[in-house]
Amino acid sequence: MRSLDSDSGSDALSPFNEWTIASDIREIDRVVLAVTSLCEAAGFPGKVCRLNIPVALTEAIANAIERGNGGDAARSVRVMARIDDTGLCVEVTDEGQGFDVDAVRALADDGDWIEREDGRGVFLMYALMDQVETWCDAGHTVRLVLRRS
Amino acid sequence: MSFAIERDDDLLTVVVDGQLVVGNRQELKQLVLDEVEQGARRVLIDFTDGGYIDSSGLGALVSLNKRVREQGGELRLAGLNDDLRTLFELTRLDTLFLLYGTRSDALVGF
Repeated sequence: MRSLDSDSGSDALSPFNEWTIASDIREIDRVVLAVTSLCEAAGFPGKVCRLNIPVALTEAIANAIERGNGGDAARSVRVMARIDDTGLCVEVTDEGQGFDVDAVRALADDGDWIEREDGRGVFLMYALMDQVETWCDAGHTVRLVLRRS
Repeated sequence: MSFAIERDDDLLTVVVDGQLVVGNRQELKQLVLDEVEQGARRVLIDFTDGGYIDSSGLGALVSLNKRVREQGGELRLAGLNDDLRTLFELTRLDTLFLLYGTRSDALVGF
């Protein structure tokens, strides 16, 4: 785990934090715990620290490992988190070519929604975050934004 | 994150300690399926000490519910806090599962 210096980093809490993990689902928890702990320390409400942030971030990292990197342990996933007065911004970047988020975004109105075992991950990211963006550059990135208000 | 099980005749109680997520959902599935294979028909999963659940964890519960019902049994969930209830309502899975406040509540008429 590495904390990056911030251009505006006079706060006690470093606004930029970065982790690089192997494509191993067992690595997810420690990053999620670290980001959630930062948010708790920054005064985010308890419910978003217990639910919104850990669930949405788990989904994003799991997608990066399983879909983006295809579970290839030789590929890594980078997570960058920034916390400031406006809220939390997390970027999860894999080494894949990207995937169509909408194609794997099941909707609650889908006929098989209740009985299906998978397909709720992207739905949850959108439902639990204020903003979700994706793009391909050097790898595929998902940005999750949660505002304080 | 761990699962503790108690078995009383065909009643299986699973106590979840910590989160149910992509990293351990398979462990829970296998644990319950093994017990169902050995005759468990009433399955109670207690989240009183549980943390958050991700989509994989929800999917595992959906899968187990289906399997238990196929065997003529019933699966009940107990001890969900307000956060988890929000998650079930958000995903509409509160319409699929029987949700109870406490383990004692879940055992009534089970």
